[in-house]
Amino acid sequence: MRGVLKNVALTAGFGGVLALCISLATAQSPPSERKSGFEFMSPESQATQQDDFSNPGMLWVAEGEAVWNAKAGVLGRSCAECHGDASVSMKGVAARYPVYFAESGRPIDLQSRINVCRKTNQNATPFPLEGRDLLALSSFIGKQSRGMPITTGEDNRLEPFRARGQELYEQRQGQLNFSCANCHDDNWGRRLASSMIPQSHPTGYPLYRLEWQGMGSLQRRLRNCMTGVRAEPYPYGSQEYVELELFLMTRAKGMPLETPAVRP
Amino acid sequence: MSRKSGPVETSRREILAAGAGALALVIARPARATPESMAAAIKAFVGEADIREGMVTLELPALVENGNSVPLTVKVDSPMTAQDYVKRIAVFNERNPQPNVALFYLSPRAGRALVSTRIRLGDSQNIVAIAQLSDGTFWSDKAELVVTLPACVES
Amino acid sequence: MARALINVPAKAKRGDIIEIKALISHPMETGYRTGPDGALVPRDIINRFICTYNGEEIFSADLFPAIAANPFLSFTTTATESGRIAFRWIDDRGQAYLETAEIAVE
Repeated sequence: MRGVLKNVALTAGFGGVLALCISLATAQSPPSERKSGFEFMSPESQATQQDDFSNPGMLWVAEGEAVWNAKAGVLGRSCAECHGDASVSMKGVAARYPVYFAESGRPIDLQSRINVCRKTNQNATPFPLEGRDLLALSSFIGKQSRGMPITTGEDNRLEPFRARGQELYEQRQGQLNFSCANCHDDNWGRRLASSMIPQSHPTGYPLYRLEWQGMGSLQRRLRNCMTGVRAEPYPYGSQEYVELELFLMTRAKGMPLETPAVRP
Repeated sequence: MSRKSGPVETSRREILAAGAGALALVIARPARATPESMAAAIKAFVGEADIREGMVTLELPALVENGNSVPLTVKVDSPMTAQDYVKRIAVFNERNPQPNVALFYLSPRAGRALVSTRIRLGDSQNIVAIAQLSDGTFWSDKAELVVTLPACVES
Repeated sequence: MARALINVPAKAKRGDIIEIKALISHPMETGYRTGPDGALVPRDIINRFICTYNGEEIFSADLFPAIAANPFLSFTTTATESGRIAFRWIDDRGQAYLETAEIAVE
């Protein structure tokens, strides 16, 4: 019952944005001044993110450290045995993903890259996408780049995939027929129902979303938005998500990584 | 004959099952805490004692971004000495499914009467914090919150 | 598995009032939520939390379903002597957990 009510409220919210889109003669896209979602949060949520003993995402980071050091697979080998001290070997890594992966001729995101390593170097079963272990390990790896500027997209081979990601971002979809850009470029800083619309810079993933009461990936967040505009979300691990992430991370180039971020 | 009656029976069974389901749903839906049930929970905590306003400061954000996690701090103006300290602090709400939020037990060793946590709020409502001092008196503070995105709904 | 992150200062001066923070990994399932099958998900919350300082209780709490998932608690204590600060909590399944931290008081 409450779920239904909320859906109605959300639909009304999107309707309101539609009205806004029509009334606005000129769009303000792309954002001239880039702002992290952090800046749109309440002081209380900001304080939660900034204190490592208050930020619940740090529970996943700590678990990820345990996964990093755990022996896995037929060879009984841990991440640490090859990569050593993560604070050295993983520093800056998450800030440059997704990267071009020559073996597949396509970009790959951090979570899938972890699973490739698991399969080929550890002879272990890949982690289920969006499962606790993979979120924990990618949070731990992401944390090693916290505060570093995003550098994604420097490899020229990524350009066609980035362009495809931009197309997806600008493409209208779903029963409400909205593109990502309609909200996040044209109407950021306004409210959708009661929630603030940020500029959609993926600076803190995986992040702890109060709405989820847990940690989630950018793919989970993109799925929420797709459901919001009444579109059918792509399955987890789809190439479309990697291309969207590549576009968004390139768009956020130079902004500091915040993993593990906290968002409402 | 039996073929004919089959679907009829099935559909009747379905209707009955649906009816039972609806009934179960009604029974399963939690009764929400009301100002009355909060008053009852407070009475269970303080007994017949009077509750005075003051001494206690209840801090909650002006704007609740998500009811799943709302930071809450309670402070009591107490020297926290062996002779004069806060024994217990209780937090109540009036519109979640049940009125109790938390009950904290303190001792003079705390040095300060200061406790923080994060709570869930299903709706806009009043939150009440009551402190019991070592002299047996009860003191309270109240905050009214507007929750725009309540807890307990799935997205 | 990181069950909890506990913050106790490693060192303190005798008589200092120190802040203690505990962040515990737990779903705090309210018992009021329905699962995908429409049935109520059984309640499973941490209902009791106790902190002791060299064996003596200095703080405790009774918790209810209105406490957020992955509960956070912060409170204070006076640094009296070097030793162990222990944290124990119990959930609805009767599972008890223990974490400890050492403090040096000079």
